[in-house]
Amino acid sequence: MIFNIPFIAVAALILIGLYAVIFKRNLIKMVIGITLIESGVNLFLITLGYREGSIAPIYTSSPGGIMSLPVPQALTLTSIVIGVAVLALMLSLVIHIYRHYGTLDVRKIGGPEE
Amino acid sequence: MNVADLIALLLQHSPALIVAVPLLGAFITPLISRLNDKVRNVFVILTLGLTASLVFLLASDVFTGNIHTYIFGSQDLALPVVRILFEVDAMSAFMAIISVILSLVAVIYSWSFMKENTGLDKYYTLILLMTAGMLGMELTGDLFNFFVFLEITSISSAALVAFWTNKAKSVEAGFKYIVISTIGALFILFSIALFYGQYNALNMAMIASAIQYTFLDKIALVLLIAALAMKAGVVPMHMWLPDAYGKAPSSITLILVGATQASLYGVFRVCFTIYGGAINLSSISIGWILVILGIITMLLGVAMAIIQTDFKRLIAFGAVAEIGYILLGIGTGLVVMLNPEMTTTGLAAMKGGIFHIMNDALDVGLLFLVAGAIYYATKETSLNKLGGLARNMRYTTVFFIIGLLAISGMPPMNGFASKLLIYESTYQLNPILSIIAILSSIMILAVFVKVFHSAFLGPALPKFENVKEVPKSMLIAMGTIATIIIIFGLFPELIVNNIVEPAANALINYGDYVREVIPSFTGGV
Repeated sequence: MIFNIPFIAVAALILIGLYAVIFKRNLIKMVIGITLIESGVNLFLITLGYREGSIAPIYTSSPGGIMSLPVPQALTLTSIVIGVAVLALMLSLVIHIYRHYGTLDVRKIGGPEE
Repeated sequence: MNVADLIALLLQHSPALIVAVPLLGAFITPLISRLNDKVRNVFVILTLGLTASLVFLLASDVFTGNIHTYIFGSQDLALPVVRILFEVDAMSAFMAIISVILSLVAVIYSWSFMKENTGLDKYYTLILLMTAGMLGMELTGDLFNFFVFLEITSISSAALVAFWTNKAKSVEAGFKYIVISTIGALFILFSIALFYGQYNALNMAMIASAIQYTFLDKIALVLLIAALAMKAGVVPMHMWLPDAYGKAPSSITLILVGATQASLYGVFRVCFTIYGGAINLSSISIGWILVILGIITMLLGVAMAIIQTDFKRLIAFGAVAEIGYILLGIGTGLVVMLNPEMTTTGLAAMKGGIFHIMNDALDVGLLFLVAGAIYYATKETSLNKLGGLARNMRYTTVFFIIGLLAISGMPPMNGFASKLLIYESTYQLNPILSIIAILSSIMILAVFVKVFHSAFLGPALPKFENVKEVPKSMLIAMGTIATIIIIFGLFPELIVNNIVEPAANALINYGDYVREVIPSFTGGV
């Protein structure tokens, strides 16, 4: 791999995602930040299983040579499925918050007890 | 096939069934819901009752010293990572008992408490999913599987926290909870990837036997403990907890207590099993970190509880303080474990901490149920507007007094037994720690006496003239927990010797846990 670019991308994705979650005021942008962290972690898993010049791990039609490790890919698939569920739930909660407050700005949400 | 064979067969497959039964029940619930509401409620209670009996069956065997493993996938142990392993030791069984009791009581309580709500088929489905997730977290022996169950628990509990979507605050609390949980879970996944990259293993026992304590492992330890402590509501990562506990329906809060404790179980599993060898090398730092976190959690929880005016939010801060006691007990155990002169102190501290996990769940749970009962009867949660309810709600008042005495560690309730163990053992480590712990208990007592005074005593308010005692199902739920509290308080030795001590030993002798999977492993005490 050239200059460990995938690992740099992992770090960048996670840090950008964390930045968005912590500093952005818009709920949708926070949700985007979380999906960025998730993509970073998924990329990390995939990168761990990759070997230079390897092929997809399909045993029945293998032309020979080294294969990528299939386990991290299975883990990533599971993680993606979970991610979709979390994303859907978060967005539906954002919709409800928007209905109640008419805004997505975290500074204007909240206030006194109803 | 006779009965003994059937029980042996059930016991053999119980680790799988304990998760499978509520999971399957969850997806059958919406179908049964179409028939009749009562049939559905009975079905959910029966499903959880079956799960509970399986848990008790498994626990009764595990507490005698056996460790159960259950293999999903290839039975050939020579092949790495082509299976998921459930591994149940006494600590797992102990936590599973707590989770299943809380879920069962919550479902009984919901029968009347949630009666007037719509969408109850989804409500019960999510409760069963959440229970399956918690039990899975506690029984699994595989780190990635732990992550999956953690996410199942988070998603279903966030949806349940926001169940009253007509209330803006509930939705907000639900959103906060899902954001915190997801970020925590992603960091756990990241540290799982760190382990996998180094040791080519996802099984906790395999990682524990292979771990080298490299720099990457230290990063993984920090991420795991931070993420799980965040999910367990440890100060300074507790900000979501009062919102989620305070705004969820009371029955859900009861299960949420179980969910936070399942995360706490994760912290202990990581510290004691995966990093078990490191504890024997230099336990001092991890132990002290837990002790200091515990002290801060305790003090801040109590201090914040004093100024609250919302009933459930106040109890939520009390719950934060109780988590501090658990951390203090277990942390003290970790600190003194190496010192050969203090092994009895270490064991006592561990026993106190572990016993307090159960007591915390019961005491805080009972108080939340009482708060829910008051909300059900009066539609009011602000302490400033409540008063004189002891006249109308006799049983609820008695249950509140039991909960109040138990949470502040007064004899003869269960809280006294575990807190005394913690006080005594922390005193051996450092007297100041036990002084702070006792002081916090006294402050908790003061806070709850104030609550008792403002909600139950005082002149009868005209607006509460027609308030009646809550329906039977809620009284049964509260009564069950109150009975367990009193039994535990009167016979603490029985519980400590039969349930808590095996769990404490299981945590300390992590070698047995590892040897069950890797027979050649030589580490461990």
